[in-house]
Amino acid sequence: MSAAETGKRSARRLSKKTKERIKAVVYHVMVTSSCFIMLYPIFWMVASSLKETSEIWTRASSLIPSKVTFQHYIEGWAGFGNITFATFYKNSLIYASVATIASVASSACVAYAFAKIRFAGRGFWFSVMLLTLMLPGQVLMIPQYIVFSKLGWINTYRPLLIPRFFGNAFFIFLIVQFMRGIPNELDEAAEIDGCSKIGIFFKIILPLIQPALITAAIFSFYWTWEDFMGPLIYLQNPHLYTVSLAIRSYSDPSTGTDWGSIFAMSTLSLVPVFIVFIAFQRYLVQGISTTGIRG
Amino acid sequence: MVQTNSVPSASRRRIKTGRIQRQNNLIGYLFLSPWLVGFFLFTLLPILASLVLAFTDYDLFTPPQWIGLNNFKRMFFEDGRYWRSVRATFYYVFTAVPLRLVVALAVAMLLNQGRRLVSVYRAAYYAPSILGGSVAVAVMWRQVWGGRNLGLINFILQSLGLPYVNWLANPRTAIWTLITLAAWQFGSPMLIFLAGLKQIPVELYEAAAIDGAGGWGRFTRITLPMLSPVIFFNLVMQMISGFLVFTQAYLVTGGRPLDTTLFYALYLYLRAFEVHEMGYGSAMAWVLLGVIAIFTALLFRSSSAWVYYESGGGIGG
Repeated sequence: MSAAETGKRSARRLSKKTKERIKAVVYHVMVTSSCFIMLYPIFWMVASSLKETSEIWTRASSLIPSKVTFQHYIEGWAGFGNITFATFYKNSLIYASVATIASVASSACVAYAFAKIRFAGRGFWFSVMLLTLMLPGQVLMIPQYIVFSKLGWINTYRPLLIPRFFGNAFFIFLIVQFMRGIPNELDEAAEIDGCSKIGIFFKIILPLIQPALITAAIFSFYWTWEDFMGPLIYLQNPHLYTVSLAIRSYSDPSTGTDWGSIFAMSTLSLVPVFIVFIAFQRYLVQGISTTGIRG
Repeated sequence: MVQTNSVPSASRRRIKTGRIQRQNNLIGYLFLSPWLVGFFLFTLLPILASLVLAFTDYDLFTPPQWIGLNNFKRMFFEDGRYWRSVRATFYYVFTAVPLRLVVALAVAMLLNQGRRLVSVYRAAYYAPSILGGSVAVAVMWRQVWGGRNLGLINFILQSLGLPYVNWLANPRTAIWTLITLAAWQFGSPMLIFLAGLKQIPVELYEAAAIDGAGGWGRFTRITLPMLSPVIFFNLVMQMISGFLVFTQAYLVTGGRPLDTTLFYALYLYLRAFEVHEMGYGSAMAWVLLGVIAIFTALLFRSSSAWVYYESGGGIGG
């Protein structure tokens, strides 16, 4: 190989390298700018909540307030009808945490039966459960409402919470998929050692399926925190409002004009969602990629 | 070794397996019981009740009255709003769902190039979807398009010297505020596409490149066929949720103007819970169930023509 040839080749390699680098820069600029456009409405809402009232619509597209003020957060927190947002947050947090614990715990039990115990009718019930996933909630909503209202449960959290204690088909499916990945030898060995099926569930399976439980819990938290239709139907007393319902009332087109406070409370309502998202992003991505659950 | 089963040991084994089976049944149903009880109480009984209610007139306060097919007759022949809601829903499903999937696939392919920072970008693109179901975002979205004020988009249009449009009040544009909201929240189909793209063997692309296939050829000949099961899955799931969309329409447009955004689920809600027509609402719900079932079945029927499954023999490519 002559020296000239080597030099030519290295020059070509260099130009290839610079080409690759330019490509990378173009790629990152493109993706970053489209990310920015995507997130712009959210940034805009946050920025507006920090602007002075006069500035919100006069300098609407600007993301940087000329003077940062937390006035809207203070005014917004005062709520309406002598009920502050502290009440709404308390309601939402109780609703989300009870619903999440109840549905994840019950779903884990049911998933154990489907994944690890050979009982008569297992295949049949599993397909029935998958079928219920396809069922539009609208079909069940009206009869459920009639029964709950006859029981006098309107304006209580009972219609929203009690059904959660009976497992959620999505979560059962998710946890079953995960449990199937646990080798059967493991629980068989424990059985030979004299461990009962119930003991296996608590001592062996539960610790192993933690990632699936966390994923289910995150989804449950999101769906409950952002749940709108359930509270809308069952809760009419403002003292019971969740954050979602409160923001709806607060921003009602006929009354709400204090946009700074509306944006402030809206921003605040996304904070728990956002924190969970940042903390557990990995689990979410895995959960959606493997089961196709909607976020 | 040839097993020689003597009769007593075989029967003993049968007795033993019978006992184990009975024990399995007992424990199995014990663990299944939460779901089983819930299924009967909160799913099966309501379904049956809803089926009966569909043929009645019931306002929650006076006893239900059997009116035969009258609810359906009224729905199909007398209720103009019903048909407007059907129209709005189909318009939405046939625009928002394909749009969302196209954006999701495009972004997934953009993120599947093995470059740095992908997990950060993925999170950023997914963020609107995780926030999307919330009331806060719907309230914000209304202000983006106008609401009582000029709105963010009009502000930008105006500062560019362009005429502004009353997006939310114009019957031709109002539904697009909701379609863009749906397209904006492409996060979960994107993640599913991304997982699917990772499964496509790199060798296929390399072989195609040697054969001289360009970028577009590789996309239509390799990516699309290999991804078709995932596309199919996303299409079914997104279509079903498209037919059921409620919260965003309720909050952003409220069905206005002229019922152009009165989606089916929204109209059903208004009928059942604002004027307490429980019978009519149930009838509407059953028609919705039927329509979703038909469209899902159609998709499944069509899938043999365009969904490519690798043969189960394990000899890929």
